[in-house]
Amino acid sequence: MSGATTPDPRMTSARRPPSRGMALSWSDPWFRNIVWQVLIIGGIAAMIWFMVSNTMNNLEVRRIATGFGFLGRVAGIPIGEHMVDYDPAIHSYGRAMVIGVLNTLKVSVVGIVLSTILGTMIGIARLSKNWLLSRLAAIYVEVIRDIPVLLQLFFWYAILQAMPAPRQAANPVPGVFFSNRGIKLPLLEWQDAHSWTLAAIILGWIGTASWARMAKRRQEATGIRPAVWPAGLALMVAFPLLVWAALGAPFTLEMPVLRGFNFQGGLTLSPEYGALTIGLVIYTASYTAEIVRSGILAVPQGQWEAAGALGLHPVSVMRLIVLPQALRVIIPPMTSTYLSLAKNSSLAVAIGYQDVVSIAGTILNQTGQAVEGIALIMAVYLTISLSISLFMNWYNARIALVER
Amino acid sequence: MSATTHIPTEARERPPILVAGPIAWARDNLFNSWLSTAVTLALIYLIVRGIAGFLDWGVLHAVWTVPADAKGQLDPTACRDAKGIGACWAFIGDKWRFILFGRYPYDDQWRPAICVVLFIGLFVVSAMRRFWRKELGYIWLGTLVVIGILMWGGILGMPFVQQDSWGGLPMTLILATFGLALAFPLAVLVALGRRSTGLPAVRYLCVAYVELIRGVPLISVLFMASVMFPLFMPVGLNPDKLLRAQLGIILFGAAYLAEVIRGGLQALPKGQYEAADALGLTYWQKMGQIILPQALRLVIPPMVNTFIGSFKDTSLVLIIGIFDLLTTGKVALAEPIWQGYSTEVYIVLAVIYFIFCYAMSRYSRGLETEFSRTARR
Repeated sequence: MSGATTPDPRMTSARRPPSRGMALSWSDPWFRNIVWQVLIIGGIAAMIWFMVSNTMNNLEVRRIATGFGFLGRVAGIPIGEHMVDYDPAIHSYGRAMVIGVLNTLKVSVVGIVLSTILGTMIGIARLSKNWLLSRLAAIYVEVIRDIPVLLQLFFWYAILQAMPAPRQAANPVPGVFFSNRGIKLPLLEWQDAHSWTLAAIILGWIGTASWARMAKRRQEATGIRPAVWPAGLALMVAFPLLVWAALGAPFTLEMPVLRGFNFQGGLTLSPEYGALTIGLVIYTASYTAEIVRSGILAVPQGQWEAAGALGLHPVSVMRLIVLPQALRVIIPPMTSTYLSLAKNSSLAVAIGYQDVVSIAGTILNQTGQAVEGIALIMAVYLTISLSISLFMNWYNARIALVER
Repeated sequence: MSATTHIPTEARERPPILVAGPIAWARDNLFNSWLSTAVTLALIYLIVRGIAGFLDWGVLHAVWTVPADAKGQLDPTACRDAKGIGACWAFIGDKWRFILFGRYPYDDQWRPAICVVLFIGLFVVSAMRRFWRKELGYIWLGTLVVIGILMWGGILGMPFVQQDSWGGLPMTLILATFGLALAFPLAVLVALGRRSTGLPAVRYLCVAYVELIRGVPLISVLFMASVMFPLFMPVGLNPDKLLRAQLGIILFGAAYLAEVIRGGLQALPKGQYEAADALGLTYWQKMGQIILPQALRLVIPPMVNTFIGSFKDTSLVLIIGIFDLLTTGKVALAEPIWQGYSTEVYIVLAVIYFIFCYAMSRYSRGLETEFSRTARR
């Protein structure tokens, strides 16, 4: 890599006369750089060729097929939690992988939302004037950050597994059971009326948003802001309720019932999923808290004082003055925290939650196609990472300071 | 205004005990509004309950020892009776050497113990600024060689111990320390490559490496090292499992470290680069004498944070079956007579990890304040 010089265009152009012809000299940085690049790229290409040819050789010796054809074969892997229909005797490896990806997304999305909420609360608690509260938040951050996340996952998993058996399950509210088979919740029996109600909520939300925009325009024009909340209440609560009532107000819950040694029906949150989500949320929140804290501290004191001098309500000060400025500092590091949460969800394999790594691992054990399996895992995570980055960059650009 | 110190009227009218002293402090920091008071009281209640509950479980009702029968077999009945009420520290008492040193031959466990002490000594020496000079490299090299000799043995009358039998805390420290020591030079090269303008091919290569590794979880890299790497090698050549895991950790850590170092390279004023060029230094002279010494110094605090991260991340080798500290803890739990006392083991492991990481993070924070103080001057 030696010979790389500074990017000074004057030097390269001065050293490179227009009529250079075949006169290549080692003291010409342009020539030296080319030689070095050719050597380095050549060396790496040779290494890759060496590894690829070895791999081909090894695969032939072990009689392992190559290619992604195996994805079409019948999987035969039992999967406990699947968000789409799955039967190991019928469905393919490809479908199993899709279920793995969905399970990973289920943990990541829920984890990102919950850890943001918890982390923001702890970050604000650290800035609290109450000494005890801020000390406790500081201890939380320090302790949680300094313990490996895998150990924390094991800890939560052990706790969830130590819950009573289904027959002795804790039953705090009718229909809710805590047992070592996970948390059981009643499930709403979905009917057409519910879909219409959901559509009404979305319509109401759009209506409220446009009303708020209108209110802002009015405020800018006349200085008087029409109230938004009555419109929001009417459009997002009353209107869907009316739709629901008009369609007969159907409401039946599917209750989990104890049959034999386990529960039937209802919604299940497995202990694996629970431990993974709790562990990741608690771990990631300790990082989020620090980001939120430093973001709020980055807003100059004068901004608070100026907002107070304008006579704004403390809530408005936070919402209109401090938060928009703090967000600019918060978003970039938050992006990498979200990325690391998504990547840490791969630790699921250690506690038996069937995420994409766990299922791909099983597949590569069964088929022996390690290269393809790991390539799939990496492709999935690169896609997830890229999507989070793109979304956060778009959001960051939206809230960034528009400079004149 | 008179010449005396100004005291606000309000404060002058209050009795002195409410202006200064612990009661005033508590009024200002714990009970300054009804909401604050409510929060304080609720927290005090929760803390007292939590501590009392923990003491009850961990001390008062805990089982510290269990009797052994004639054959030396421990009888865990006392622990089983106390389950859910008290901790079973007898389990840790029985298994602590296995948790710390894994399957290393019992009579030779003084060797990994010395290694742990050497590692800690190495960290302490490296943390002292007095030793921040070229000789530190030799100290590292010497210590790591001594650690290798102690762990493997085979000379000086120490019986040879295979890598398969290593485990526990020394293993975690080996993975983390060798990971750092070897990732560091690679990270410097990658950071320089990513910043090089004259060699676009090398730059793209470095960008691709860093972004690829940072985009995937460590587990996938470890899987690659443990499952795919044997396929890359010629038939018959199969590197050791530990070596492969170490390689995965090095490649993973180097990508993160390279980004930290690149930050330092970018933060350095342009004048430093130009001045070095004006002196007519070659690229390596410029980097080695002028740029890197300053850039690396700038990023020591974030580098320590990266090191904390990779120290914690070594626990992931559990998944590919390497006997690090977390694995030995899990294996100890699998012992038939000690099943179900996971909380006790996890607490012990958490305390060990915490001590190392907390020491490092305190150090990094101290350094940061010191640096920012020097910078401001």
